[in-house]
Amino acid sequence: MTEEHEQTIMQPKNPIGFVGYGAYIPRYRLPATEVARIWKGGAAGTPIDEKAVAGLDEDVITMSIEAARNALARAQINPSDIRAVWVGSESHPYSVKPTSTVVAEAIGATPHTLAADWEFACKAGTEAVQAAIGFTGSGMARYALAIGMDTAQGRPGDPLEYTAGAGGAAYILGPADESLAVVEGSYSYTTDTPDFWRRADEKYPSHGERFTGEPAYFHHITSSAQELMKALGTKPADYTFVVFHQPNTKFPQRVAKTLGFTPEQLEAGLLVPRIGNVYAGSALVGLTAVLDAAKPDDRILLVSYGSGAGSDAMSLHVTERVLECHKLAPRTEDYINRRTEIDYATYARFRGKLSQ
Amino acid sequence: MEITSHWRIKKQRYALVGEVCPHCSAKIFPPRDICPECGDEAKDHYQFSGRGEVYSYTTLYNAPAGYEEQAPYTVAMVQLEEGPLVTAQLTDIDVKEPEVGMPVEMVTRKLGSEGDRGILIYGYKFRPVLETA
Repeated sequence: MTEEHEQTIMQPKNPIGFVGYGAYIPRYRLPATEVARIWKGGAAGTPIDEKAVAGLDEDVITMSIEAARNALARAQINPSDIRAVWVGSESHPYSVKPTSTVVAEAIGATPHTLAADWEFACKAGTEAVQAAIGFTGSGMARYALAIGMDTAQGRPGDPLEYTAGAGGAAYILGPADESLAVVEGSYSYTTDTPDFWRRADEKYPSHGERFTGEPAYFHHITSSAQELMKALGTKPADYTFVVFHQPNTKFPQRVAKTLGFTPEQLEAGLLVPRIGNVYAGSALVGLTAVLDAAKPDDRILLVSYGSGAGSDAMSLHVTERVLECHKLAPRTEDYINRRTEIDYATYARFRGKLSQ
Repeated sequence: MEITSHWRIKKQRYALVGEVCPHCSAKIFPPRDICPECGDEAKDHYQFSGRGEVYSYTTLYNAPAGYEEQAPYTVAMVQLEEGPLVTAQLTDIDVKEPEVGMPVEMVTRKLGSEGDRGILIYGYKFRPVLETA
């Protein structure tokens, strides 16, 4: 690390890593051709193949509980040793009343724990991970649980409706010597850029259309990835895998190319064609798929993006423990393979888009 | 139900936490003051595995008040692997799919809500065991 960057990248005093991870993706799939059929007479290109849709009895609370149970199964720790339960989402079921208290109660982490809900568009989950790195790295807690989960909203007929999906992931941060992947360093790049927003009490988000590209997604992701790699002295070729926030298939492919990554480095974590953009869970559930495939000594670069706008970059180094963790809970691919196709009418009912 | 009633039973309903009898070791669900097997006092918490099989089931098309949102749905008696028989909804199935003896596992799902302004109610349901590679 060069002196110039000592203050920009973040490294905890105590070495920290991921002690457990768990994915969750609901079983229903809406093909993008269904959205095109209803709104474009079938004559439209589609940004993905299909997206995951939550069932009638699912929301960010229930999905977070299952992902957290999977993370606990891999961490093999006592849930009462967790000192923070933090859930990042754009779809918290309540406006006031934490998602995180229900999750903490359901997994047995109460009462000796912090609990809070995080909001930063699609990077609320990695923001919670950053905070958990600091919380455990300072020695204030041995373990902290950070979740990014969404049942994403898209206005009927809006381009977002093709992609706004459901899913996410949970991570338990803890001591590096118990970890399956050690955090080498992280970095956050933030500006006030209004590319996508949802006003209080509005049901669906609004966006700046083409403005969501260059000054928003691409600028923040390239800036944070480049700054972190510069400070750590790493280059794209040093990484086995790279995972970006994935609002559609094209954006992560293009930003990977710009930064100098190959399609092979991107492939394992690029889930958006099959599950959609799961907002605060997007980069994090891409990372669970990568960890499912990771081998000891692999290096992973994770770069999230949240509108508004900001990007978290993290460099991870996989340890021997990853091998024993693979089979302790369902793999991301197990959830993706559990697939029930639905039509637009069923989707409209499931997502509360029918008014009476 | 009142908020207080939901609040009192949250542990058992979110996570299938019951009791183990300190006298005869019977696993008890739902938790209660007296062991139904030996009649002595029961109080030690026990975390059920959540695994079991369908003992019997029926599908509801005309749901009672408060449950219309998710109808039609299937309710089953599930024999837990530790012994107790529990009544709960099946989820992640299509209504024609269930059968007696089907292996199931517990998941925590939304049971309903107390109207548009009331609290959301979460609790155990059972789904077919997730297929893993």
